[in-house]
Amino acid sequence: MAVPTVARVIEAHALVYRRTWRGSVISTFFSPVLYLVAMGIGLGSLVDQGAGRADLGGLTYLAFLAPGLLVATAMQTGAGDGSWPVMAGIKWTKTYHATLATPVGVRDLVIGHLGWVAVRLTFVSVVFVAIMVAFGAVESWAGMAAVVPAVLTGLAFAAATSAYAAYLDTDTGLSTLFRFGIVPMFLFSGTFFPVSQLPDWLEPLANLVPLWHGVELARGLALGTGTTWSPWIHTAYLAAWIVGGTAVAFRTFGGKLRQ
Amino acid sequence: MPLVEARSLTKRFGDLTAVDAIDFDVAQGESFGFLGPNGAGKTSAMRMIGAVSPVTDGYLRVLGMDPATEGPEIRRRLGVVPQEDTLDTELSVAENLLIYGRYFDLPRPLIRERIAELLDFTELAERRDDKVEPLSGGMKRRLTIARALINQPELLILDEPTTGLDPQARHVLWDRLYRLKQQGVTLIITTHYMDEAEQLCDRLVIMDKAKIVAEGSPRQLIEEHSSREVVEMRFPVGVQETIVDRLDGLAKRTEVLPDRVLLYTDDGDDSSTGVHERGLHPETLVVRRSTLEDVFLRLTGRTLVD
Repeated sequence: MAVPTVARVIEAHALVYRRTWRGSVISTFFSPVLYLVAMGIGLGSLVDQGAGRADLGGLTYLAFLAPGLLVATAMQTGAGDGSWPVMAGIKWTKTYHATLATPVGVRDLVIGHLGWVAVRLTFVSVVFVAIMVAFGAVESWAGMAAVVPAVLTGLAFAAATSAYAAYLDTDTGLSTLFRFGIVPMFLFSGTFFPVSQLPDWLEPLANLVPLWHGVELARGLALGTGTTWSPWIHTAYLAAWIVGGTAVAFRTFGGKLRQ
Repeated sequence: MPLVEARSLTKRFGDLTAVDAIDFDVAQGESFGFLGPNGAGKTSAMRMIGAVSPVTDGYLRVLGMDPATEGPEIRRRLGVVPQEDTLDTELSVAENLLIYGRYFDLPRPLIRERIAELLDFTELAERRDDKVEPLSGGMKRRLTIARALINQPELLILDEPTTGLDPQARHVLWDRLYRLKQQGVTLIITTHYMDEAEQLCDRLVIMDKAKIVAEGSPRQLIEEHSSREVVEMRFPVGVQETIVDRLDGLAKRTEVLPDRVLLYTDDGDDSSTGVHERGLHPETLVVRRSTLEDVFLRLTGRTLVD
């Protein structure tokens, strides 16, 4: 593994993105706006009038929701970039095979891929936070720091799904992952309501989901409130997923590409 | 020093032995072929030489280096044309080359120069800014070759370069490969087409079932393992079985295939006269020179493309 080689892989992703950015930019700008309007303002007006406001510690629903959505969006971006593009590189267009015929090695390929996802996540998250600011959903400029847990959460999912996508032989497993994994996590990991509202037996399960840790951190930073556990534990948990996912990806990529 | 040196080179996937203790050397400037049917182990051998697939057992040196420890250094000086196209079809012709050049850490101005040269060489200059997707099979192959040449490799590895191409596209490709050879590039080519091996290879090994069964120049192999000429005959359905023993003594060797009978002989005309004198009337009778296909058939009892 070598630093310049990893940089070359990131550069190649950027070059490809130059050709394909249009579709993703629309979803980057519009889906946050739609969600914040529909859920934050529309649904929020009901929540804020009812008993919910007390349960949210006096916050408006929009202020509660926005940092959660930020991180959940990063999760979806990370999981998306980690899945079908990896399957394409290995199975469909097979461009990963071409890359590995150059000085680039499997580890360079994996880290370069995740490095590029980090660039994308940063961009998506910064745009999202800017929209949050425009909606008045961030208390202070310090709230911009919520970008960091968003990127970490996105990377945790990108690393894990890349490892999984490289292991799979067909893409049906990816659809299953999204249907039964990503979507439930999106809904039940503290994005739309605090996990304390879940049945008692489900709450510990939610605590295992990286998204919940990212949401905790982002919400703490955006609203200037505390986190459920120590912020270091939340951060370390996300880092563990990134490192663990990457290590497994080294193996599964190698298994498919260096036969 | 040979550019590639292999001793007892072996590749196993679980219980399957894909390459079984093969020995060969490839010299500088040579055009070296691996001829054999699908599944003979050619691609596995190529992938080991390309420092992509780890060697299971045996000794392999490529450009004097060990692929196990110096993979990136070896790959920096190789060009690889894989069996399947692995181009990025969403990008343009030139962008595919640019990305690839960057993987070799070449500076952009140098890559731009080489892109112009290579697109001229592969006759793709007019398609420079077109997307790859709609290009014909032959054009995609030529682009893949251009891509493999972006780092000016000392050794170019081509895995079945013309499989799936129409005859015209094949000849264009052969011509380009011949020019590369003239420029001093060492070529390693796998193929299951004997005409391709005869056209392109100075020296080749014939592989079957993971092993090398013969080695030499096309001419040497034919001289050693076949006769000068072959009489190829087809008989009506059902007749072939009944006449086989009536061919005794007409040729040095007789080969009976499901659809035809081959007589291996030094004088084809003489043998065909003999066939007619014995009152046999094949539907078709052709006298031709021996080919590598005959060598393969002789050595393995099977034809190259089943």
